Amino acid sequence: MKALNLRSIGLALLAPAIAIVVSVLVTTLVIAAVGSSPGDFWSAMFSNPLPRLRVNIVNQTATYYIAAVAAAIGFRMGLFNIGLEGQYTLASYAAAAFGGGAYLSGFANVLVSILIAIAVGAAWAGVAAVLKTTRGVSEVISTIMLNSIAVFLVGYLLNRYGVHIGNSVRTTTLAPSSNVPGFTPYLARDGEIWGLSLLAVVVGVGFWVLLNKTRFGFDLRASGMSPTAALASGINPNRMIITAMMLSGGVAGLIWLPALFGGAGAYGTSFQSGLGFIGISVALLGRNRPLGMLFGALLFAFLDTQSNTLTFSTNVPPSIVQITEGIAVLAVVVAFEVVRRWRARLEQRSVGQKPVAATEASA
Amino acid sequence: MSTTTKPSSPSLVSRVKRAARANWLFISLGAIAIVSLVRIVTDTNDLTSVGTIRAAIIATCPILMAALGGLWAERAGVVNIGLEGQMILGTWGAAYFTYHGGNPWIGVLGAALLGMIGGLLHAVATVTFGVDHIVSGVAINLIGLGATTYLAAATFPDLNGGGPRQLIGLDSPGQINKVPGISDAAQNVADKHWFFISDIASFIAALTTKISLLSLVIFALVALSAWILWKTPFGLRLRSCGENPQAAETLGVNVYLYKYVAVLISGALAGIGGGFLALVSSSGFNVGQTGGRGYIGLAAMIFGNWRPGGLLLGALTFGYTDALRLRDAHAVHALLLLVALGLLALAVLRLVRRQFAGAITMGLLGAAILTWFLSTESVPRDFTSMTPYVTTLFVLALGTQRLRMPAADGIPYRKGSAG
Repeated sequence: MKALNLRSIGLALLAPAIAIVVSVLVTTLVIAAVGSSPGDFWSAMFSNPLPRLRVNIVNQTATYYIAAVAAAIGFRMGLFNIGLEGQYTLASYAAAAFGGGAYLSGFANVLVSILIAIAVGAAWAGVAAVLKTTRGVSEVISTIMLNSIAVFLVGYLLNRYGVHIGNSVRTTTLAPSSNVPGFTPYLARDGEIWGLSLLAVVVGVGFWVLLNKTRFGFDLRASGMSPTAALASGINPNRMIITAMMLSGGVAGLIWLPALFGGAGAYGTSFQSGLGFIGISVALLGRNRPLGMLFGALLFAFLDTQSNTLTFSTNVPPSIVQITEGIAVLAVVVAFEVVRRWRARLEQRSVGQKPVAATEASA
Repeated sequence: MSTTTKPSSPSLVSRVKRAARANWLFISLGAIAIVSLVRIVTDTNDLTSVGTIRAAIIATCPILMAALGGLWAERAGVVNIGLEGQMILGTWGAAYFTYHGGNPWIGVLGAALLGMIGGLLHAVATVTFGVDHIVSGVAINLIGLGATTYLAAATFPDLNGGGPRQLIGLDSPGQINKVPGISDAAQNVADKHWFFISDIASFIAALTTKISLLSLVIFALVALSAWILWKTPFGLRLRSCGENPQAAETLGVNVYLYKYVAVLISGALAGIGGGFLALVSSSGFNVGQTGGRGYIGLAAMIFGNWRPGGLLLGALTFGYTDALRLRDAHAVHALLLLVALGLLALAVLRLVRRQFAGAITMGLLGAAILTWFLSTESVPRDFTSMTPYVTTLFVLALGTQRLRMPAADGIPYRKGSAG
């Protein structure tokens, strides 16, 4: 029994290990292929990050993690919410516009802005969910379309109602009382860890509890593993689709809020786009598991932040890490599939070898 | 069912085929007639001017290539969300090989090659390893964008007209300036602004005047694909892998091989679409210049019900709205009337078919848009940019139940699973 446990742990770690080896190998080859030095690259990447970068890594990890959880809620029941990008763009704008309007003060303003972001994200995801349940439209295509629509919609709203300064436009800046205080681990000039980064902890713990300790979580996992079995055991698929999709969108609404209330102060040029797709990647990398995604978010944040130092010490363009990340995601899903097939064969063989009294031991 | 056993079945089949073909023609001509009507009512001749149609063709070509790439893959049962990534790879390939090969056609081949590499990655992941097709596609898009950004930064800064994120001043594939006798005559008729006839003439004029050879190649590729997929034994086998791979396997079809070929061709076509963007649509390569056209292509293919004629119509619709928003703002406002009339026409069609729920929904939408048209003078630019995406959503919402994708599309298949 114990040996079996050890083996299954080994098998579980095998896939990520393969993926890391493959992505390191491919990255090295790509760098060597254009005539740069892979050695310089890796030593720059794994040098000890400066305090400023360490703060960045923590902040980005939190952001990526929230995005990953948002993606994972859908993935766990086989829903591909590719629309995180649109959901958090629209939600971030709504929160920034409301927060900047200063209808409330201080803490209440922050709280209501967060709720608005959740509601807007959930509503935008809800459009795709309703289209799927009532009209049978694949959520993959509809969310991709909704992504683009959201970007143009925000562009329009920003142009119409935003504050124009020179060529740029942004929402009204938050009142200082609405900035959520952060935590400064080093000197002030090294920046601070955003206060709302704690949202990542809340979201992560909440995701774990939801999945493992609630009826809804069980239904969610059941629907993902076998839609037919879920239906047979009385789970309403349409209700699950709408709830899961809106939950995913609601969490997506939180993605950019730590940055907004931690210093950005307004929706404008400082808005970080692309986090939705990073969230999807991190969720895939972490196999939609709360802990796995934490590792994935940390890895991506580390790579992205450290790559900024490349321009100083090497001639390797920082965008190389995007290749590393993409290959890692692809390698992880391939490796898991390979290990799964291999494990299935091992189990079949061990069943076959057992001294079974029955005559049909040929499995 | 039982009627098909009668000897008269061939004529029935051909009758159905003729009806289906007539249907596409009918839809196209009807669409042109409505556009023409709107043009005259709103007095916006730019709606179907030769310039607009030419811009529309240029905007259509990349979308068309992505859609055609999607068709190849999905007909073989592989969903290819990675079209966007393969297209992005194609833009770099076109730029690199045009610059170093000294000929834009070498660039086109380079674009196809790079797109094919993206397709190969997708095929290895989905066919050999049975990874979920959407997951693999999302990863391919990441890799495509990352690789292109990196490769551009690593290879272009030292070149003439190059920078870390661009390479401008590339040669374009040649173009046909004029077809003697046709171009001028068509242009003349188009300038008369007659109902319907001038619109058709605009179309002919745009197709025969200053049209890129690559555009013609792309249209030829659509026809060629249609022929290969539906008229050859190879195409039949390929499509059988998308409908029922187990059955295909029992008939001796090498399913993996066909899926690989299909996905490689899919990637190559998407790559050529990217190449078109870098060589014809604009005067050079820019990081991220695809702007989601791979996704739009996928939508055009679904819009076209996984058929070549349909996806051509879908790509033209998207290309047309895309071209129109860059031109006269007045023309865009006229587009509202067009959409409203289109919806009302569909509502009447539903009413005739006694589908009342659909008729009411579309009638109300049409009326709302008509009100919008009558009560405003112009449409904000951002809303115009949304048009293709909103159109796709509408079409999918209204038409999904009538679409039929290949039966085994997107389902991982393993050799030997037929038992």
